[in-house]
Amino acid sequence: MKLDKVLAASVLALCASINAANAAKLSLYCSADDEFCQVMARGFEAETGIDVNMTRKSSGETFAQLKAEASNPKGDIWWGGTGDPHLQAAEDGLTMPYVSSMRGELHPWALGQAAASNDKTIGIYLGVLGYGYNTEIMASNNLPLPTCWNDLLDPIYKGHIQMANPNSSGTAYTTLATIVQIFGEEKGFDYMKGLHANINQYTKSGSAPIKAAARGENTIGVAFLHGVVKQAVSGFPVDGVAPCEGTGYEIGSMSIIDGARNVDEAKMFYDWALSAKAQSEAWKVKSFQVPSNVSAESSPLAPDPASINLIDYDFKLYGSSAERKRLLKKWDDEVSVLPQ
Amino acid sequence: MHNNLREKKTHPVLIFWIIAGWVGYLLIPWYGVEDGFFRFEWLFDGYPFDPDYAPAAFLLAQGKKLWLAPLLLPLLASLVVLRLRKSDPAYGIILILVGAIGFSILIVQGFSIGIRGFNFAWLTTIFGDLGDRQFGMGYGALLLASSFLFLFTQGIAARGAVNGDVFVVSAIGGIILVVTVFVFFPIAKMLVAAFITEDGMYSVSVFAAKFFDDRIWGLGCLRGMRCGVAWNSLFLAIVVGVVTTALGLVFALIVTRSGFRYKRALRALTVLPIITPPFVIGLALILLLGRSGAVTVFFADFFGVQPTRWFYGLPGLMIAQTLAFTPIAFLVMIGVVEGVSPSMEEAAQTLRADKWETFRTVSLPLMRPGLANAFLLGFIESMADFGNPLVLGGNFNVLSTDIFFAIVGAQYDQGRAAVLAMVLLFFTLSAFYAQRVWLGKKSYTTVTGKGDAGMHPAMPKRLSLPVFVIAAIWGGFTVVVYLMIVFGSFVELWGVDNSLTFTHYITAFRVSYNEFGIQWIGSAWDSFWTTIYIAAVAAPLTAIVGLVTAYLLTRQTFAGKNAFEFGTMLSFAIPGTVIGVSYILAFNVPPIEITGTGIILVVSFIFRNMPVGVRAGIASMSQLDKSLDESSLTLGANSWQTFQKVILPLLKPAILAALVYSFVRAMTAISAVIFLVSAEYNMATSYIIGRVENNDYGLAIAYSTTLIFVMLAAVGLLQIIVGKTKIRRRIDIGS
Repeated sequence: MKLDKVLAASVLALCASINAANAAKLSLYCSADDEFCQVMARGFEAETGIDVNMTRKSSGETFAQLKAEASNPKGDIWWGGTGDPHLQAAEDGLTMPYVSSMRGELHPWALGQAAASNDKTIGIYLGVLGYGYNTEIMASNNLPLPTCWNDLLDPIYKGHIQMANPNSSGTAYTTLATIVQIFGEEKGFDYMKGLHANINQYTKSGSAPIKAAARGENTIGVAFLHGVVKQAVSGFPVDGVAPCEGTGYEIGSMSIIDGARNVDEAKMFYDWALSAKAQSEAWKVKSFQVPSNVSAESSPLAPDPASINLIDYDFKLYGSSAERKRLLKKWDDEVSVLPQ
Repeated sequence: MHNNLREKKTHPVLIFWIIAGWVGYLLIPWYGVEDGFFRFEWLFDGYPFDPDYAPAAFLLAQGKKLWLAPLLLPLLASLVVLRLRKSDPAYGIILILVGAIGFSILIVQGFSIGIRGFNFAWLTTIFGDLGDRQFGMGYGALLLASSFLFLFTQGIAARGAVNGDVFVVSAIGGIILVVTVFVFFPIAKMLVAAFITEDGMYSVSVFAAKFFDDRIWGLGCLRGMRCGVAWNSLFLAIVVGVVTTALGLVFALIVTRSGFRYKRALRALTVLPIITPPFVIGLALILLLGRSGAVTVFFADFFGVQPTRWFYGLPGLMIAQTLAFTPIAFLVMIGVVEGVSPSMEEAAQTLRADKWETFRTVSLPLMRPGLANAFLLGFIESMADFGNPLVLGGNFNVLSTDIFFAIVGAQYDQGRAAVLAMVLLFFTLSAFYAQRVWLGKKSYTTVTGKGDAGMHPAMPKRLSLPVFVIAAIWGGFTVVVYLMIVFGSFVELWGVDNSLTFTHYITAFRVSYNEFGIQWIGSAWDSFWTTIYIAAVAAPLTAIVGLVTAYLLTRQTFAGKNAFEFGTMLSFAIPGTVIGVSYILAFNVPPIEITGTGIILVVSFIFRNMPVGVRAGIASMSQLDKSLDESSLTLGANSWQTFQKVILPLLKPAILAALVYSFVRAMTAISAVIFLVSAEYNMATSYIIGRVENNDYGLAIAYSTTLIFVMLAAVGLLQIIVGKTKIRRRIDIGS
């Protein structure tokens, strides 16, 4: 009977599942943009022949996954994503220390991450925080072009600003911590309340606001400036602003997971990811962060940290679990419940 | 006479399961093989002595995993049964004991000993540190567990349950077990997680604090702020339920009671949203009605105002969900409207009621159960919808997406996710229960072969005009949205560069040939093949489970049948997000450790879609006269042979419906899938959502369009394979 054939076929299909060959493997949790992740995974495969199984999730989600899998880790190495979750993971004992031979080639800010976490994490790129806007919508709505953080509080921008939810997004948490460090905690939260009145939606992902602005579904998106450059290079009418009061930055990080099944392969990837060769591929896939290897190539379009007023961001304090929870709770209780 | 013949030799099924049990214990690897059992690499990699691949017996021989030793006792006891005759009371009793004890030992050892030795602190205090650990159960354990289960059911059958019918009792036992393991166990585990505090302790006050949180039940929207998530979901679901039912009724009336000439096209149009991944409709609507959407910009220019984000949030959700769920209401209402007995309406007309009065006083009241049924279905679907709120929910939070953010976001608050899931389950289960209690029986049985061949009257004029207008508007809107989807896949960069191009299709589906054969270069192939493979594996299994259950429900009576029926249909009311969350909580640790594999995806599909196979099976089997079964049984066949040779061949429409629906649902599922995908098993819908989040609308829409066409092809193919059986005795009039 035909049904028998269908059943037999499905059973055979179940039996005949074919995967890649039985080579060495690496399970990579990647928290940067998808193309960047692909280039790193495939590049490492091409370089070493090790089979890379890559999952792309935002830094917050990956941190949550590490916590969920703590008793039975399925990943080997976590690459990319803003530095705070990496520091938190180090604090929670989810990652393991490793001193790479490539350290001598890195910028001091990259080594700062290692110092803050007992060598459990290291910096792979730097991203400057800021915001970007859709030039066409600004023009058609006759909106003045903002240049500072305080400009965004102007009621004329009501409903035009988007930011991610700091609970789920590393970008937004960095924004919150930056504002607190620039204005002090009390004035900083006043600022967040003022900004809340102008916000049309708190997105889940940190890169969503600028992407929505690029598509014309939003006007101003708080984002890392390399994200703004990426949208501009893709053809969207957006421009970026490094706010005048000073701004914070993220240090994208990499950590080896504690209890990883393929530790040796993870260490190989770690060293390779810090090399100039690997990091020079970034801008070619429209990732315009500042690479941590001093000899790595970067695009002229990438934000230049030397020319931007960067604050002295205290990663150790704001990356700690306790401070993060406190700030997020305060934001939940005081800012997110306000009417808009 | 028949039973005497059977007594002389041992039942072959008994021998089969005893052997299976021994094979599971002696030959097959006990624990899960990391790289996949069916690649058989473990045979050459140190089997049978390597502790990763060793069967239980070899592990014991090496002095490891000594807690597996007690399983030997029931296994040996089962051999004793081979010598007994079936009529011997000891036969049944020993089998029952063997099965029950063996299965219990398996469960107890599975839950007590995990990755870090003993799972419970009090065990460590009693026995000291274990010094060993165990991973998730593999095929060896699975085989032994099945063996114990089916020995148990055979024992019960031998003791006289259900007239000693081995097939029926085993089927009941099997279905109860799999539904318990894969539906009730994960849900229970997740609900218990609601009581966990941050330190891992259990607390009722923490639960109460989370449950009565303002973010869930707040009524701020009455004062200008935002309402709690529960009220948002409830309001949206009620509105969508009402609107989809009304629209479903409208379309059903046109198809059955008017002279409209393009009925088949209309049917196809209303069914199209079923084979579309749900959030694709949301995407297309953004392209039309978003802030930079074609229609919004057009009207904004026309009226000289600035376009706004009016679409995000409640308005957009209502439109998108109505578009997506009207087909379900339509399919229900078609059955209902056709099922209204024409003789009743003719009687009213012969008593000189005009068409409007007939419709108002006779037809409509007869359709009321169907209307309520369609409303409840729309309500449940809206509550469970995940893709649309994700894409265009804006600041309008609903339960399904909040559950997702609670678990997957940086918060990782299991307790909050569990509480939200409880609220969501409460709503959907209430609706489901209401449906069954008030309407349940009436919705399954269609009018079967009772000479009711009259003709439905056409609609009264007062009704037909508004109906046609509404249908025209809504039909036109659906057509435009779908054209948008296809058109959008060819646009270079929506909103910026409107030139037409094949780039997106090329990026997604590029294929090239070199000396190694076909290279699937396109970025979409990976998830595409995975999705087809998983859906193709899940669909027949779903159909089997569904139809066996349907057979048990329509053809057999046994104690606890109502509870059994309720339990098997329950998974329909459980939203996908809840299933996804509960699976990752329940199946990430031993004894059943399947997260990150393809198995968990297949299993989630089987149990989410099983109710459809059950319903289709019940509807079809109700139309088959029991005398067919009885004649088969009196000629000496047992119930398994009757099922296989008499009933199944007549069930082709039900089999087809079950296969089609399972396949389509598996390919378009997102709400459960998004929790269960992994690097190796990425599903198409999850990949598409990833592209959408990455601003890659062109690629996302191109991929979605391809999926729609693939599903149309698959449905056609399935119809050819399974074939058609004409079992209807009435000629349809006017359709």
